[in-house]
Amino acid sequence: MYTKRSKNELAQRVAQDIFDGAYVNLGIGQPTLVANHIPACIEVVLHSENGILGMGPAPTKTEEDYDLINAGKQPVTLRAGGAFFHHADSFAMMRGGHLDICVLGAFQVSAKGDLANWSTGEPGSIPAVGGAMDLAIGAKQTWVMMDLLTKTGESKIVQNCTYPLTGISCVKRIYTDLATLECTPKGLKLIDTVNGLTHAELERLLGIPVMA
Amino acid sequence: MINKISPTISQALANVQDGATVLIGGFGTAGIPIELIDGLIAQGARELTVVNNNAGNGDTGLAALLKTGRVRKIICSFPRQADSFVFDDLYRNGKIELELVPQGNLTERLRAAGAGVGAFFTPTGFGTELAKNTDGSPKETRRINGKDYVLEYPIQGDLALIKAEAGDRWGNLTYRKAARNFGPVMAAAAKFTVATVHHIAELGELDPEAIVTPGIYVSKIVKIDHVATQAGGFKSA
Repeated sequence: MYTKRSKNELAQRVAQDIFDGAYVNLGIGQPTLVANHIPACIEVVLHSENGILGMGPAPTKTEEDYDLINAGKQPVTLRAGGAFFHHADSFAMMRGGHLDICVLGAFQVSAKGDLANWSTGEPGSIPAVGGAMDLAIGAKQTWVMMDLLTKTGESKIVQNCTYPLTGISCVKRIYTDLATLECTPKGLKLIDTVNGLTHAELERLLGIPVMA
Repeated sequence: MINKISPTISQALANVQDGATVLIGGFGTAGIPIELIDGLIAQGARELTVVNNNAGNGDTGLAALLKTGRVRKIICSFPRQADSFVFDDLYRNGKIELELVPQGNLTERLRAAGAGVGAFFTPTGFGTELAKNTDGSPKETRRINGKDYVLEYPIQGDLALIKAEAGDRWGNLTYRKAARNFGPVMAAAAKFTVATVHHIAELGELDPEAIVTPGIYVSKIVKIDHVATQAGGFKSA
């Protein structure tokens, strides 16, 4: 028997691997939760691709300023030491490999680290990519944070992505509600599982082999 | 004497031609030059190509411009938002052409235009559907030092509309917080750049160390009243 990590437990698991002094971009959605779990004893500089370094938590209702928003267009604050810069600088920072870690959500990740997180390819849907492709390939390490299984029980970690790709061989680690895995050129490598989930059971859920 | 201060938006936008490529600053609602967009609507130019990160929020600003039917094509990274119903409707009815560009490539293509760079190789988008031209043909790629890149071309504007914070008669500009976003690159990427400011400074009053966009990139500035930027682009909790 095993219990899934809650969204906050997963965020905490990701935060545990972020190091002191890291420059980090947290993608829209679930990854933003990671900010709440960064230990107080370390200093981490959060990047927002619309042109902020040193992004702080959400303001109180009366202090909201919509000229100070994150990539999800929600109001944020600026920490002491924070800086503003224009969009080309912000993406140069990313593309130039200056960010240490980028945490993203995903629809699918392949065993060798291909990422699909921008489109489900559904006919008639309006495509929108934003900074997803830049984020996927920009940071020194791209981490994915997601549920391991879809609502219908299929593994989101796959041999080959069936959804449109965001980037090729760009994901280094996958943090999920059941296990943490590393993507390597040879395939998946196990970092940890939740208590009670065996290696064999994990492989059965994924349908692909996992190196110990 | 140089005096780029224009008394009205209509005077600053008097010469916009039909078919112009218009770069419009802003990300979400921050830095969207709403007053200039309203001025462009009043001016009446048609068959426009618009470049913005998004494709409008609600039914004001860029969404209002789209609603006039005078925009033939939009080049952007993220058209679909919680409140982009004007664009969604036009797109679904085939009334607007969309060129979807990853955000970093979009801003770098604008930067390249302003910097006189003929084209550039970028790793963003390699191996994806967005490494194709709008006709479906593959974009040129190259492997450089073991890494794969896609060739991307500049986006040159005929006109840029920018929302800045303060400016002087030479056209020097400062911005406010994250509303800076596309302003500096778009100002440089267009043949004619109009910026609104909330404060007109005396020449020499803006700290030269703090000027973000030097006046060489700016054609006209117009003073507008300060109105707090409104929320938009996301679902309220």
